[in-house]
Order: sequence, then structure tokens, then C-alpha cells
Amino acid sequence: MAYSDKVLDHYENPRNVGSFPKDEPGVGTGVVGAPECGDVMKLQLKISNSGLIEDAKFKTFGCGSAIASSSYVTELIKGKSVEEAYAIKNTQIVEELNLPPVKIHCSVLAEDAIKAAIGDWRGRSEAEGKKEDVASSSEKKAV
Amino acid sequence: MSSTSNGKPTQRVYMDNHATTQVDPQVVEAMLPCFSDKYGNSGSRNHAFGWEAEALVDQAREQVAKVLGAKAKEIIFTSGATESDNLALKGVVEFYKEKGDHIITATTEHKAILDTCKALERKGRATVTYLPVDKFGLIDLDQLRGAITDKTILISIMHANNEIGTIQPLHEIGKIAKERGVLFHTDATQGAGKIPVDVEAMGIDLLSLSAHKIYGPKGIGALYVRARSPRVRLTPQLDGGGQERGFRSGTLNVPGIVGLGKAMEIASRVMESENERLLRLRERLRHGIMSRLDEVFLNGHPMQRLPGNLNISFAFVEGESLLMGLKDIAVSSGSACTSATLEPSYVLKALGVGDELAHTSIRFGLGRFNTEEEVDYVTERVVREVNRLREMSPLYEMAKEGIDLKAYNWARE
Repeated sequence: MAYSDKVLDHYENPRNVGSFPKDEPGVGTGVVGAPECGDVMKLQLKISNSGLIEDAKFKTFGCGSAIASSSYVTELIKGKSVEEAYAIKNTQIVEELNLPPVKIHCSVLAEDAIKAAIGDWRGRSEAEGKKEDVASSSEKKAV
Repeated sequence: MSSTSNGKPTQRVYMDNHATTQVDPQVVEAMLPCFSDKYGNSGSRNHAFGWEAEALVDQAREQVAKVLGAKAKEIIFTSGATESDNLALKGVVEFYKEKGDHIITATTEHKAILDTCKALERKGRATVTYLPVDKFGLIDLDQLRGAITDKTILISIMHANNEIGTIQPLHEIGKIAKERGVLFHTDATQGAGKIPVDVEAMGIDLLSLSAHKIYGPKGIGALYVRARSPRVRLTPQLDGGGQERGFRSGTLNVPGIVGLGKAMEIASRVMESENERLLRLRERLRHGIMSRLDEVFLNGHPMQRLPGNLNISFAFVEGESLLMGLKDIAVSSGSACTSATLEPSYVLKALGVGDELAHTSIRFGLGRFNTEEEVDYVTERVVREVNRLREMSPLYEMAKEGIDLKAYNWARE
């Protein structure tokens, strides 16, 4: 199977590989997929008090398209508000990376990772008793 | 490996010799006259063009038979091992239907066997027992004995496995088949011409082989059909001009047959020295990789395997992504992402290798034209790429943190 140039570029030069400390304030962590399915994505977001995504990092176990999808998402999501990020659809990733039908699930997983990371951040923020307004308002719009 | 004219090396290494092989230049040379000068139909009995072609076919039949310890007339030329497997299984099932309808095979067989069995089951023509294998890929001989019934007409167990290289105990299987009066077929696609096989000593009644796995051309193979004690009968699956003693109609692929004959002749001549060399290269590759990376696992039998086969799982690194990083190196993976079905290798599953490790497996198939230099290059590249991908792998990070990945609550869909 031939890969698109964009998939190859992200695979060879992945953006924003790495990890933030999970318990750092403002960090949301999403881990989706399972090893026996051949795909696991970890996406971490650093979110400001005003609900702006300041930084993103990923680590992915999966095929080249899965790596590219998560790498692209970290680029796409930086600078977006939590609401905007939550609204990202997998089709956007499919179009950008020219994913073939057999690789659509990689984009779905990347979308799930965004939602999981935001969900984690919301849960932790609420637990901390801060940023309640931002968290709840984004939830209403997104769900 | 090769170099371009500007002196910049372009590394391109073929290490997928279980998929197919480069045609040996001596084989090409032997085939060429069949296209230009000796192009007759071996079935033409009334002119010299036909006689020439027939003589070439006869010679090739001798060459193939010799390697198997068979007689020339017991060799039926086919289009390849898939056709040979189909003819053996379907031909036996149809011909011996009064005697019984039970076949015994194993879960790690090639799809040419498994899907033929499934087709026979679906049509209600056969019942099939699929023997499990142990963690090395070997069948259990007691289980084989126990599976034989009055209705059993055929045992079909492969010689060497195409993914993990495990070599089945054909001598013992042949003995059991003889004791119980059951026919024994072996798919020797990966064995014949690579490792010793003897249809007499091993009690083999039917044997499938293919030319392109042993440095011959694609599109040609053979089925050995025992002529005496017992004389094996088959219902033909192709009707027509009655070639190949009526077992396989169709004008003979003379160039292919000549190529197969030559490939087998070379194979038998170089087998011993080639296997010594391949084993040394294989062990160099295995040691090079396994001594420099943690969490890597050998799949298949440590010793009882094809000399050129190495199958390794690189935990925490998905196979397709590794292949992508090794894009100038031809190897293959048991990862789901490289298969049409999106299921990881059924062979590794049958060995009890978990899906999470099956997804990380790579098969290296060393062959006649691989060099030590290539082995060292592949070792370097694999080690570097696995390390790079592990830096990117959340699983490797979690494992290093001491998280039990098996017990972890994965967000499964």
C-alpha cells in the first residue's frame, strides 16, 4: 500500500512527540485504543485557565497512518479553544492526510483521543474546583 | 545492495524470500531457448518442435523427481502450489468418497490448504479436523493418531511453515498414515528444494511444490502423486486434452517447467552449503537484533525451523509502522494492518502469541542472494527504527513505568 506524502512526512518527522506530567495542573490526558487491536494513542493537552489549548503532545503505538493522525492532531489543535477542539471531526483528518478507507479507523481514534483528553482535563478541573465555567460551557456545546 | 552511478549508495535489500525469490540467472538462461528456438508444444507428437519440447519436459520431470526421491512419472506439473494443493485435496475427496470424507490438517497451514478445506466443508463434501499446534508450531503426534477415524481418507500437514519456518516431523506423520492406511499429503512449498525431503523415507503420497520459492519462475509448480504402494488416484479438477496422465489438462508451460527443473537441480546441488550459510546469516541477524534490543521475542521453534527464517516480535512497536521505517528493506509483518482481513497473523495466534505481540511481528526471509553486509545493514536499521518508534510508543513508556499492560483498563470500542 502506498502512503500519501503527508502521512510519510508526519511518520518521518512526527510533531510534538512526548509527554507532560499527568498530574500537572491544566494537563488533560487521553489514552484510547488497545494493544491487541494494534492501535493505542496517548494525547496530552496543556490547557490555560481561559480554556485555550497552549500545547499538545502525543505518543502512538500503531501503523504509520495512526502515528500521522495523532501527529497532525497535535498541530491542528494548538491555539484552539477547548470547544473548537472538541468539535474536530475525524473526516478533517482523513482529508488532510488522504487516508484510504482501510485507515479511517486511525482518524476515528485520533478524534476519540481529543475527546478523551478534554474529558480528563474537565474531570480534573472540576475536581480542583476551578475553571468550572469554561468546563461546563464547553460541555454543553460539544455534547 | 547496489550503488548508483554518482557513488551515493542506494540501499535496497530483499529479505522476503518466503514470499518469493529472485530467479537464479542459471534458471533464466535455461529457460530462454524455450521462448526463441525451442518453442514447440510438448504435446505435438508429429514434428521436431514438439519432440524438442517434450525432451525438455522429460528432463525437468527427472530433475524434480530426483530431489524428492520419486520417479519421473509421479510428477504432475501445475501452475503452482495453490493449484497442487487444490488438486490433491479436492481430487482425493472426490475420488475416495466411497471410502470416507474425513481430512486431518492443522491450524497453521497455508490458506491454500485451509480455504480448500473450508470450501469442501461448505459444499458438504468433507469433514475436517484442524489439529492445534504447540507454542513452537508443531503438531502433536498423539493428537494426530487420536483424530484418525474409519472415515479418514487424507492427512495434510505442511513441510515447513511460511511464517515461522517450523518444520513438521514428516517421517513420523508418514509412519502414522501408513499404519492406519490413510493417504498423506504435504504442502512442501517452503520445504522442497530448501531442506531434504524424501517421499519414500517419509511415507509421503502427495506433495505440493512451487518454483518461485526456490529461485525459479512464478506460475509453475508440481504435485507429486505416488504411483505404487499405494497407487494414489485423483479426480482431475481441470478437464481438457488429458495432459499429465489425465490429472491436469492444459498445454504444458514448457519454459516454466524447464525453469522449475533447473531450479530443483541447482537446489539439490547447493542445499547443504547454502543451508550452512543461511543458518550462519540467520543467527548473525538474530543475535545482532536480540542482543541490542530488550523485549524482543522469537516466534517459532528455536532449532527445528527453515535456516533462512527469522520471525521476531518487537514488543510495543506495531509491525506496519516498523515496515514503513524500513522502506528500503523488503520484509513482512504479521500485523493486522498489513493483511486484507485486519486480523493479526492466524499462525502466530495458533502458537498462543497474544494479539498485542502478533501485531509487532516481523518475518525476515533470508535467501541465496543475501550477503553478510546486508544482514549487518538490516540489523542496524531495525535496531535504530525500533528504538525510534519505542520513543514514540505509549506502551513502551507505560511498561517502563511499571504499568501492567495486560491488567490495564483499555478504552476498547
